[in-house]
Amino acid sequence: MTSKPLKFADEQLKRSPFYERQVELNPRDAWSAWNGYKHANFYYDEQYEYFCIRNLCGTYDITAMQKYIVTGDDAESMLDRLVTRDMTKLRENRVTYVVWCTDAGRVIDDGTVFKLGPQKYMLTCGSPCIAWLRKACFGYNDVHVEDASDNIAALAFQGPTSCETLKEMGLSGIETLKPFGIMTFPFKDTELMVSRTGFTGDLGYELWVDAAHGLDLWDDLYAAGENYGIQPFGEGALNMARLEAGFIMPYMEFNEALKTVHFEHDQTPFELDLGWLVDFKKPRFNGRAALLAEKKRGPKYTLCKLDIEGNKPAEESEIYSDKGCTKKIGYVTSAMWSPVVKASIALAMIETKHMDGELFAEIYYSKELRSYSKVAKCTIKKKPFWAPARAKATPPGPY
Amino acid sequence: MKKYDAIIIGAGHNGITNAAYLAKAGLDVLVVEKNDYIGGGAVSRELHNGFTYSNCSYVCSMMRQAIIRDLDLPKHGMMVIPYPGALAMGENGEVFHSYSNDEVAYNHTRGVSPHDADGLMRLFADLSRYAQVIRKTLMRTPPDPTSFKPRDIKELLFLAKEFWKLGEREIYEYVRFFTMSAADFLDEYLENDLIKAYMAVSGIIGTALGVYSPGSAYILLHHVMGDVDGNLGAWGLARGGMGSISKALEGAAKEYGAEIRTGAPVEKIIVKKGKAVGVALENGEELMSNIVVSNLDAKRTFTKIMDRNDLPEGIYEKANNFKFRGSSGKVNIALSGLPKFKGAAENPFINRSSTYLIGSMKSMEKAYDCWKRGRWSDDPIVETVLPSPWDPTVAPPGQHWMSCFVQYCPAELADGPWTPEKRDAFGATVINKIERYAPGFKELILHTEIRTPHEIEQEVGLTEGNIFQGELTIDQLLFNRPFPGYAQYRMPVKNMYMCGSSTHPGGGVSSACGANAAREILMDLGKVNTVPEDDCYDD
Ligand SMILES: Cc1cc2nc3c(=O)[nH]c(=O)nc-3n(C[C@H](O)[C@H](O)[C@H](O)COP(=O)(O)OP(=O)(O)OC[C@H]3O[C@@H](n4cnc5c(N)ncnc54)[C@H](O)[C@@H]3O)c2cc1C
Repeated sequence: MTSKPLKFADEQLKRSPFYERQVELNPRDAWSAWNGYKHANFYYDEQYEYFCIRNLCGTYDITAMQKYIVTGDDAESMLDRLVTRDMTKLRENRVTYVVWCTDAGRVIDDGTVFKLGPQKYMLTCGSPCIAWLRKACFGYNDVHVEDASDNIAALAFQGPTSCETLKEMGLSGIETLKPFGIMTFPFKDTELMVSRTGFTGDLGYELWVDAAHGLDLWDDLYAAGENYGIQPFGEGALNMARLEAGFIMPYMEFNEALKTVHFEHDQTPFELDLGWLVDFKKPRFNGRAALLAEKKRGPKYTLCKLDIEGNKPAEESEIYSDKGCTKKIGYVTSAMWSPVVKASIALAMIETKHMDGELFAEIYYSKELRSYSKVAKCTIKKKPFWAPARAKATPPGPY
Repeated sequence: MKKYDAIIIGAGHNGITNAAYLAKAGLDVLVVEKNDYIGGGAVSRELHNGFTYSNCSYVCSMMRQAIIRDLDLPKHGMMVIPYPGALAMGENGEVFHSYSNDEVAYNHTRGVSPHDADGLMRLFADLSRYAQVIRKTLMRTPPDPTSFKPRDIKELLFLAKEFWKLGEREIYEYVRFFTMSAADFLDEYLENDLIKAYMAVSGIIGTALGVYSPGSAYILLHHVMGDVDGNLGAWGLARGGMGSISKALEGAAKEYGAEIRTGAPVEKIIVKKGKAVGVALENGEELMSNIVVSNLDAKRTFTKIMDRNDLPEGIYEKANNFKFRGSSGKVNIALSGLPKFKGAAENPFINRSSTYLIGSMKSMEKAYDCWKRGRWSDDPIVETVLPSPWDPTVAPPGQHWMSCFVQYCPAELADGPWTPEKRDAFGATVINKIERYAPGFKELILHTEIRTPHEIEQEVGLTEGNIFQGELTIDQLLFNRPFPGYAQYRMPVKNMYMCGSSTHPGGGVSSACGANAAREILMDLGKVNTVPEDDCYDD
């Protein structure tokens, strides 16, 4: 018997190596997509999953994240020219957060670089970047970029009980792993790489294994996490956590420079408050001259963390310098009610010269079909909204 | 001799809230607490290896957002996580699953009763409407309806305006609602007995009324007017137990400079020339202050730690007659594993949260009959909650603790005083009931803490173990709480105030009483107000 060919077989989304387990845990069919993979918005309940990140532990499938293995004698030089940070300082088995820019100093993407060996790196980022990386190799003799995105199954494993769960799973010594460190463990007939990294601002790890062992990793982790509250979380919960941590998202805080149509609708690292990632001690890197000029001039906008009066999320609000809302000086990029900080918080692009003055957000909301608006005072916060001690502590403690 | 600006008697969560706000205004504040630990009814203690029980209150919903934010309680360790679902168990093995997802809840309820699936939506809309008005009064001092002070008139007008917004028809409904029974009220929406019983439980929690007693409808409202992150009626788990809320308040109070002394029971409020001037501790020490604030309930304040001769005529009697009628018990149990309730769905979100062992409307009324006869219910209503699957800090991994709130258990037994044997027999009644619904339960038990109203009164000082510091009936609410004419936190002795749950808006872990009292005190002292004027989170 021949089975009927699937209609639209050519348009089906890719399934992550964890899909078989994930689908059982997603009773609401709450799927969207990321880089061609079927990707969960949430599994059981967004709010609950968010609290797993802050209270227990949870996994977020980052298989769809782009992973590039960069090797060869010129690997370090190539990456050093690509990104704004000093790559020569990155030690083996360490990870660092980076951005890379166009010649005009506009941000193409952000991501992390893992130093896996003397001339072996892994670069991860949210959007495909292979064409730009190929260009970045220009002029080097010995550098090779391999797109390993589909070959590596990866899970972000975040939350206060994550370390305890990994201990339970038998990863001995995991509690000694420092933030941004990497450890590897024998796993079945392969190797499991664990980095103490994440996008939630809380204690957390990222687990990397070859795609064929994805399900094994899932099963071992979930067996170990049974008594530690393990639960998969989707993009909704992640987005809440990252905003509390003050992390930026593509197409929320920044528009990828290579895909930007309108003049200066993309951003510089200084505008994104990522000036600390730009190392002018390096003699050359992409965008250096433009960024140096920008630094001298001062960025037009600066991304700010706002604590906003009241409880209405300031989604898509404009920011004004006066209560009467006559002078517009900025716009909100992401906003939410934070259940752990118990405050209405936001990230907003504000004209740098107005940052020291009074700030007001005009917030629109609706109630049973009627729309309302109110003006709320905003206060700029220097530190992340959420930064528990355990996120930085080694060992991090049981919860 | 040192003289404080204010001494607060009792480090219940309202006492600490009051202290925090007075200290924030720059006052030199001391809190004196009889126990060696703080918290009163919002307390968490480790009584068995690695198990932290919330010994009294166990779920959070009424805590005022404005206060959490204003005192930055998250910074001091407060986190509230909403419970993901609930179960209600009937008499003959029926189980009603309450899901937090609207569509799922609808499908499930429809399977039980299509009528009630619709009815519940209407019920929640009506309850939300009623709750809205009440919520607006929580952070306000009740007006005195007999006063002609501009402020009272203004406040009365505010109330009138809020009611008027409901529309004429609803005003009639509202007034009727205050005097109705939970059963009569629910009959207008629901037909299924188990669903009705599940909703009716909120009408009798902590109160010596039955589901058919007039007044129980308001208690129901009192239990759904709270919220977690704006979700009206939701209840949440405080990470680390309810004691973490008191600790967070303590953190805030201390940051503002308040001093808290534990192990310091007050014997008497010292009154000189009609003015409160300080307190005398049981150890003989005397502490002086310009004002004295009592976090104790009305009866305890006026009949135990005050001299009758210091009070104006009639107050002692009023305090003595303040209605308590303790009716609840609490059993906290450490377990070696998770209990399994018969008939519960294989769904950890549902079968590991709250489980109500209620039976039926009839059996609930029978349980109340026992209380009237001076006995604990032989088939009590038990609300079990398992905090540990959701809170890694309160039990060792893989082990659990269960909070059991039990209705009804009288403060005074018909056959003589409470004894340890009777207390244990009460505990056994509860445990046997759970065992019937979750076979094998008893084998999981590692430790139990059994609390009748007697224990609750002895430890927390809640008279007759009444969880609200006095019944929440219309005669003891709003401008009648604690007594007509004294609802504005000022007491009949000069420089003396009350700030506990015996005052408006009543019991529950809300911090509202303590905050409202602080606002009145600061007004009398001519200080700048440090207390949020309003919750402003409802518009
Ligand atoms: C079993 C039980 C379950 C409950 N469940 C919930 C719930 O789930 N959710 C909820 O919101 N509410 C619940 N409540 C109600 C809530 O706990 C109380 O309404 C609230 O804690 C009262 O706070 P308070 O500060 O007004 O007074 P209290 O907590 O009563 O504080 C009074 C303080 O004064 C101290 N004191 C007494 N006498 C003296 C003295 N002579 N000298 C010095 N100090 C003294 C006491 O030790 C105590 O610390 C429950 C209560 C009980 C008992």
